[in-house]
Amino acid sequence: VRRSAANRTLAANPPLEETAVRAALAEVPDPEIPVASVVDLGMVEDVAVGRDAIRVELLPTFVGCPALDMIQAAVEERLSAFGHPVDVRFSHRIPWTSDRITREGREKLRAAGFAPPGLTPADVACPWCGSDQVAMDNLFGPTQCRSLFYCRACRQPFEAFKQV
Amino acid sequence: MTIAAHLAPAIRNALSLLLLAMADDEFVIGFSDSEWTGIAPLLEEDVAMSSLAQDELGHAQALYRLLAEVRDDGRDADAIAYDREPEGYYHCRLLDHPRGDWADTIARRFLYDTADGIRLDALTASSFQPLAELVAKIRREERYHRMHVTAWLERLARVSGEPRRRLLDALERMGPDAATVLAPLPDEPSLVMAGIIDAPSAELEARWRAEIAPVFARLDLPMPPAASDPERGRSGHSDAFRWLHGELTSVRRLDPGATW
Repeated sequence: VRRSAANRTLAANPPLEETAVRAALAEVPDPEIPVASVVDLGMVEDVAVGRDAIRVELLPTFVGCPALDMIQAAVEERLSAFGHPVDVRFSHRIPWTSDRITREGREKLRAAGFAPPGLTPADVACPWCGSDQVAMDNLFGPTQCRSLFYCRACRQPFEAFKQV
Repeated sequence: MTIAAHLAPAIRNALSLLLLAMADDEFVIGFSDSEWTGIAPLLEEDVAMSSLAQDELGHAQALYRLLAEVRDDGRDADAIAYDREPEGYYHCRLLDHPRGDWADTIARRFLYDTADGIRLDALTASSFQPLAELVAKIRREERYHRMHVTAWLERLARVSGEPRRRLLDALERMGPDAATVLAPLPDEPSLVMAGIIDAPSAELEARWRAEIAPVFARLDLPMPPAASDPERGRSGHSDAFRWLHGELTSVRRLDPGATW
C-alpha cells in the first residue's frame, strides 16, 4: 500500500533534482553546533534520487557520537517534505575526517567561537581575537569532537574541533 | 543477503570471537573510565575520562552491531552487551583489575591503548571489509587517547616520590596481565589464513613490545613480563569485574528490553 501511494506521489510531482535535495540538507543543523549544517561539517557523503526513494549516506563525525540518531531523524524529517520515501543511513565506508568541514563551515564555526580543526596550539588561532598565543587546556572537551583551549591575548577560553 | 551468508562457518566463528574480544575490551575499559566521572583528581581529567569513556563505549557499540550482523542469530547489540552473566564476557584479564587509584588507571590505559593500537593496525587491511572500515575510523580517534595517556605516564614516572612509587606499584600489579590484550584467540590460524588479521598473536605481541620498549627505557620503567597464563587470558573474571558488571547492567535489569 505504501509503495503504490509513493508511486502516485512520484507521478504527480515534477522530477526531483539532486541539487534540491542537497540544498535541503544544507538547512539541517548539527544538534550540538546549530550554526553549522550537516553539509558544512562534511557529513553528507552521497545523495541519490532514485525511482523509489531519496537515498542519503551520512558519515558520523565520531563513532560514538550520541547525536547520530537525532541527526538521522532531522534529515529524514526535512527530506520528507519532498513527498518521496527517504532512506537515510550512517556508514563507515569512508572515515569522516576534520578535513571534510567546508570553508564556509569553518567560517561559521569561527564566528560562533569554535576554532577550526587543530591538534596542538601551533595549529589553532583564537576564534575571538585571532591571536596565535593560545594554550591547550584539555585534549578532551564537552563533546567528543572538541578540545579546550585558552587565549592568552584576549583571556578567553574557547573550543577547537579535534583534528581526526 | 546478510554479511554472515558470505562467510564460511569456521571463519564466521573465529571472526565472531575476535569481534567479541574487541567489543568487550572497549566496553569494559569504557565503563571503568566512566567511574571517574565526578571524582577525577582534576576537573580537566573529569572531562577527559568522561569523553574517553564515551569514545570507547561508542567503539564497543559499533563492534557489537557488527558482531550481531556476523552472528545473525536475532540478538542485537544491546542484547549482546548487557544480557550475559559475568563469566560470559570475553574481555582480557588486564581489564579485570579494579579501577584503583589514578596511577592504576593511567598504567592500565597505557598498556591497553598501546596493545589495542597494535591490534587495530593489524586489521586496517582486513579482508573483512566492514571491520577494516570501522577500524580506519576508530584509529583516528584513538590518537587522542594515546597522547593523553602518554603525557600522564611521563608525568607520573618523572616525579620522584609518591607519583612514581604508585605508578611502579600499578605496573607491578598489572604488568603480568598486560599481554593478555593480545592473547591467542581460538582458531587464530584461520583468521590469518583468511586475511582477516595480518599476523598471529605472537607476532602482534612482539610488535607491541618493540613499540613500548623505548618509552619504558626512557622513563626507566620495568617492561611488562610475559603473560603468566595466556590460555586463561580472557576467562575466569575477577570479583572486581563482577561488581562492575552489576553496575553496568543495572539499568538494563530494571526494565529488560526497554528502548531509548
